[in-house]
Amino acid sequence: MEAATAGRVPGRRAGRRTSRETLRWIALILLTLLYVAPIVWMLLTAFKTEEESALTPPTLLPTEWSREALDTIFSTSSQTPVIRWFFNSMIAALGNGLLVLLTAAPAAYALARMEFRGKRLVFAGIVATLFVPPIIFLAPNYEIVEALGWLDTLPAVIFPLAASAFGVFFLRQFFIGLPKELEEAAILDGASRFQVFTRIVLPLARPALATLFTLTFLTNWNDFLWPLYVLFNPEHLTLSPGLGLLQGANATNYALLMAGGLVASIPVLIVFTFAQRYIIEGVSRSGIKG
Amino acid sequence: MNGSGTQLGVRRSTPWLFLAPYLVLFITFVAIPVVYGLWMSLHNWDQFLPEKPWVGLENYTQLFTPGSAKSAPFWSAMKATAIFTLFSVPLLVIIPLGIALLLNRRFPGRSFFRAVYFAPYVLGVAVVGILFRFMLDPNIGAFNYLLSKLGFAGDTPWTTALPWAWISLVGMTVWWTMGFNAVIYLAGLQDIDRQLYDAAEVDGASRWQRLRHVTVPGLRSVIVFVITVTLLASANMFGQAYLTTQGAPAEKTRTAIMFIAEEGFQDFHLGSAAAMSYVLALFLMALSAGVFFFFRDREEAR
Repeated sequence: MEAATAGRVPGRRAGRRTSRETLRWIALILLTLLYVAPIVWMLLTAFKTEEESALTPPTLLPTEWSREALDTIFSTSSQTPVIRWFFNSMIAALGNGLLVLLTAAPAAYALARMEFRGKRLVFAGIVATLFVPPIIFLAPNYEIVEALGWLDTLPAVIFPLAASAFGVFFLRQFFIGLPKELEEAAILDGASRFQVFTRIVLPLARPALATLFTLTFLTNWNDFLWPLYVLFNPEHLTLSPGLGLLQGANATNYALLMAGGLVASIPVLIVFTFAQRYIIEGVSRSGIKG
Repeated sequence: MNGSGTQLGVRRSTPWLFLAPYLVLFITFVAIPVVYGLWMSLHNWDQFLPEKPWVGLENYTQLFTPGSAKSAPFWSAMKATAIFTLFSVPLLVIIPLGIALLLNRRFPGRSFFRAVYFAPYVLGVAVVGILFRFMLDPNIGAFNYLLSKLGFAGDTPWTTALPWAWISLVGMTVWWTMGFNAVIYLAGLQDIDRQLYDAAEVDGASRWQRLRHVTVPGLRSVIVFVITVTLLASANMFGQAYLTTQGAPAEKTRTAIMFIAEEGFQDFHLGSAAAMSYVLALFLMALSAGVFFFFRDREEAR
């Protein structure tokens, strides 16, 4: 397609097009460096000793690949048990992602495909909260979580964040876009709404569900403000507030801080590498243009 | 089969059964808190006090009473948020559009570049915060080292003095989140009918004219979405300032959210923190309503 277009272009314009292509590639590569360099720098620093990480001028590669920082991080006797935070984060993010799918998907299906009294009100209520600044929820949800006895426990970072208006909105858009015929045929054949939902709609919605799950996982994994204030015991933290604590305790031990950052980044970078298509393509498919 | 057939097989209770699990979460953690927060804001709600006496609007009026203990630091924090928003939003609306245009064409490695530019967004503010704290360290940071190599003094106080602290916070936020906006734009670009471009080219439109008259109008709703989302995200900035500048210098980069969190969880004045949240939220909702109406009014009849 591009080649065909280029073929129609007379010689002089073809020259301009080539230089534009060169500029494009220079821009692409410079941007890539800008994006990759800090992450590589974090990786390299995590393998330096504390002394080396503070050298001026800095060394690019570690003179000796040191396990000092990583050993400190993984030591179980640590005041800053990063490995425990890692598992706490994993449980919270997986639990939160699952809970969002389990609750948002049926709700979105009802809003997409069923007619009932109060539907518009429910949908408007849910969508309206998309525009409510989240800071509103900080103080009251703290009290609610406390009343539920969840302060300083993982449910505090799983349940409140699962009331995802975005999830319902996102899946409803997707369900509306699915062809109705299959569902109607199944209903004529005597399938219940629940069967239609679980056997026809959910399998068709797999890409959207994967996208929502991944986005929810990432959001939860990275959430900072809320876990910082509802989790306190160093044993109970997730990685984000944990890194805050790590920084508070070791302000200038950058090798250690970068090792902590690395541990927090690797899972999300892996998830991203494999689910990249779902995240990026999913956004384009379901359309923010509601 | 006149109509849609959606009514087939629906019992009155069915939709509500589908909605119930979500609604339980929604009511507990979204609907109730909106009202409960308002209730809290009308009390002297100290976590460690057995009594939480009613104080009416005092938590609000203290913010609007010049010279009260709360008003000066609160408005200073609001100003910090405003400064950050003012500088980060335009950059985050425009630069990602450029990146999206750069990627909006088939070429080898396209999805690779797209993934690389999106990648920092998945990192989370805690990682980005400590990473930039390290790179921006005035003494041993990579930034000042590179600047010294380029012939500058290389002693810029990136995290401890103005305007550098703002440049740092805005810069790291742009680095962190512009891939997200770029991906949204890219999705929008692919929805624009290619024939419009071909027609414009046949009519002899320059690249700039095509951008101005085909791309931007075609992206209108996406642009409004990006502006709104970015405004809200920037106005909610917390982690970057908390970790990287820690409010320095002299609390000048302490954002509204940072101040509200300190008020609620370090000073334990949850009532007053709730009141501040509502004031901030009113500002934000007015702002997003403003964006909405500004663009709606300019929309041609279509």
